[in-house]
Formats: sequence, structure tokens, C-alpha cells
Amino acid sequence: MIKLKFQKLLSAPKGEMNLDLDIVIKEGSVTNLFGSSGAGKTSILRMIAGLMMPDTGRIIVKGKTWFDAEKHINLPPQERRVGLVFQDFALFPNMTVRQNLDYALVRNQTIKVIDELIEIIALGDLQNRKPDTLSGGQRQRVALARALVQQPDILLLDEPLSALDQKMRTELQSHIMNMHRRYGLSIILVSHDVSEILKMADEMIVLKEGNVTDKGRPADIFTNRKVSGKFQFTGEVISMEREGFLYIISILIANDLVKVIADEDEVKNLVIGDKVMVASKAFNPIIKKL
Amino acid sequence: MIDWDPLILTFELASVTTFILLFISVPLAYWLSESKSRIKPVIETIVSMPLVLPPTVLGFYLLLAFSPGDGLGQWLDEYLGLRLVFSFEGLVFASILYSLPFMVHPIQSGLSSLSGTLKEASYVLGKSKFHTLMKVLLPNIKPSILTGIILSFAHTIGEFGVVLMIGGNMPGKTKVASIAIYDEVESLNYSAANTYSLILIFFCFIILLLVYVINGGYLKKFWQ
Repeated sequence: MIKLKFQKLLSAPKGEMNLDLDIVIKEGSVTNLFGSSGAGKTSILRMIAGLMMPDTGRIIVKGKTWFDAEKHINLPPQERRVGLVFQDFALFPNMTVRQNLDYALVRNQTIKVIDELIEIIALGDLQNRKPDTLSGGQRQRVALARALVQQPDILLLDEPLSALDQKMRTELQSHIMNMHRRYGLSIILVSHDVSEILKMADEMIVLKEGNVTDKGRPADIFTNRKVSGKFQFTGEVISMEREGFLYIISILIANDLVKVIADEDEVKNLVIGDKVMVASKAFNPIIKKL
Repeated sequence: MIDWDPLILTFELASVTTFILLFISVPLAYWLSESKSRIKPVIETIVSMPLVLPPTVLGFYLLLAFSPGDGLGQWLDEYLGLRLVFSFEGLVFASILYSLPFMVHPIQSGLSSLSGTLKEASYVLGKSKFHTLMKVLLPNIKPSILTGIILSFAHTIGEFGVVLMIGGNMPGKTKVASIAIYDEVESLNYSAANTYSLILIFFCFIILLLVYVINGGYLKKFWQ
């Protein structure tokens, strides 16, 4: 169990904001922090990592107290078993990829851990390159591998995939989910991307100006808990064409383009680029072995 | 032929001063770049004072402080056997104070320019502040450290007022090149003064050129 219950007065662009969090996260789950910028998501990650101190409250991870304002416990970041992937990746420019990973080793660890990570995250060819010669996606992979070297109790990801194109995203999402399954990692993920959240997160916490406004399963939250479709996907509207009195809407779901027929009422509020959910429950799907 | 002693003494003084300064300035610059303490502006001001004060002011007070006749100077003389007036040790001490901003400022601004997430990433990976400074921060500000070293070295070569006040003009002991030039001019020996001056111009040009070549990445381009 990971218990996060703390408050902190933050100075936000619009003046002071009180961040108030009280959540329990199941071990081994992926939790998404959702909210517009300035809602306090990054601050929450920083407080979990020990880079920022809450004013009051407690942080308890796997039965160990990391922070307790009343008991004056505040473990420094060095003593918290946490992996953090920064928005800017924070790779050390003076070291090669391999050295960046070696740097993370703790005393009684062997380099086997690193060899394994290099293999899983496919960094073999990049080992001797310096970070400034890498592309965004490659840097991201190195940062992810580095955060995992010490096999932390929690992995914190701060909008890790926002700078990447769709193909890279999909690839990295699967890398992260692989690691998640392999090490039973608890992950807290800051992300805005609906499809990413639906794909990765078990739980979702919606923040607004420092307060939790909603929490639950991502699919429930995104669909306002109204639809109970058996088949549902999210995608992006690519084009809308009029055919007689109906519309044909092309929607990009992951890498597939799907055409859906819609009537005028449904199209009224849509513009190209909108994120939409495609759901259906009144048909019988056919399953065919590939 | 000119007497080479003043030139040798000058470079000796500059080397020793720069070497000691490096060890003082790294922790000081690190503290200045990290600290949110209320006394930080005061310390920053003190470090920068030699930039604006006439060197003679510094020299004058050091002379008073270290003269073996009173207080501090007497104590140093009696207990440490250290006489800082009219001695090489005294010159080194004065030069360290005088060149302090030239070493501290580049290192401090180098450290401040690094992204804060670098050291945070290192802390989260379980590394101590000292380890982070040595392995992550300093290696990434090599150009700033080089600039600090070269500037302090060059600035110490160019010292005159402080040295004259606290060191005097003792051949082989405190008579550095800048004093020797003054001395030669006083005794109307222009050609010797000219030789010393040309040598200094040449050396300072080479030293500063090195900084710009190395920090500008010209060397790298040349080698590749």
C-alpha cells in the first residue's frame, strides 16, 4: 500500500494554491494523475521523491514512513526507493548512455542488472553515445532504464511521452508496461493523453487547482460512467465528410483508420482533432485466430 | 640581458595562487549557487569587492593586519612562524583575496546555469551532495572552471598595487615582473622595462587566446 496524504501551499501563476491530496494506491498498479497544467501534478511527484517538502501529512510506502510532519520524519531523496523520469530526462551530459546507467548502481548490485535493462529496452547500440547525440525517444528510453536500475518501489513518470511522435509513444508505452509486469512496479504517471491513460492506467486521479475532483477507473471517468459498452476505443477525428444526409467520420484509433457513420446531431459538436470514444454494444463480434 | 628572477617569481606566484584558489573557490561557488541564506548577498559582495576597490586599499589593510608588531601579525609570527609582510607567503595570501572573484564568479555562474534536474536526478539515484558535485556538476562545467583558472592566473600576473604594498620590492622574494617594470622605469632603464613588458604581453595574449580557443570549441573542430 502506498498512502499519500499531505497538504502544501504552492505559489501558482494565479496566486497561492493549496494542494490537498489524500489517496491510497494499490501496490503494483499504474495510477494516472490527470489535470490541466498548474494543477499540482509535478509538485506531487516531487514531494513523493523528496525533492519538495509537504507542509503537513504523511507519505507511507510499503509500510515504511518516508514523510511524517507530526513525527518530524522526512527521508532525503537518497533514502527513498523511488525512480523518477523527469520531463527533461535529466541525463548526465558528461557520461555515455552506459555510464549514465552505471552511475545509478548501488553498492551491492552487479552490472547484470544493467545488462538486462539494456537488452529489454534495446539500448545496445547506443551504449557508448553521449546523451546530446540521441533523439528524444532514445533519451527517454535511457532515462527510463536509469530510473529502473535500483529497482525502486515506485516509478514516477512526469509526462514522459509528451515529446514523442505516435509510433515512438506506442513503443515506449509497451516498454513501460513490460517493466511494470516484470518487476511488479507501482507507477504514478502524469499524462494528458487519453489513449495513453486508457492503455496504461488502472486508476486515475483528476486534479483541479490542487484538489482531487474525481478518481476511479479511467474508462469510467472519460465516459462519465454513462456508457457500459462492451467494445470501446478512443481515437482522434481525422476527417468528416458529408454523404447525403449522413456523415462519414474517419477516426484514428491507435494506428488504424476507422470509418464510422454518424448523423447530423452527432456531428454537430465535433471538430477535426477531437478525441472521441467509439463504442458499440449491440453487435456480436467475431473472433478469428491470426 | 635582463634579470629573469622577477618573471619566474611572477609565474610561481600565479601558479600557487591559482592552485589554492581552485580549492577554496569550488566549495564557495557551490555554496553561493545553492544557498538561499540571508547572508548570501553579503558574502557575494565581499567576494566581489576586489573588482572595484583600489588594490592599494586591500594592500594597506593587509599590511596593517600582518605587521609583526601588532595583534594578528604578532600571533601568526609567534605561533605559526608565519610572517606575511614582505614575504612570498604574504603575496600568495594577498593574491588569493585579490583574485578571488575571478575564480568564484565563473564557477558560480557555471553551476547556476546547469539545469536543476541534473542534481535532483542524482539525489533520487541515492547519491550524496558531494558525490553529485564531483561526478555530475563539476564535469559539466569544465569550460567555466578553465575560465576561472586562466583568469585568476592572468589577473595575478597583472597584480601591482597589492604586491607593492604588502610585498615591497625585494629581489627574488617579492619583486614580481610588474614591480620590476616600475623599478626599471624609475631608474630610466627603458630597454629592460620594455623587455619585461613585451614578455608579459606575449604571455597574457597566449593565455587568454587559449581560453577562447578551448572554450569556443575551435580545438575540437580542428582535431575532428
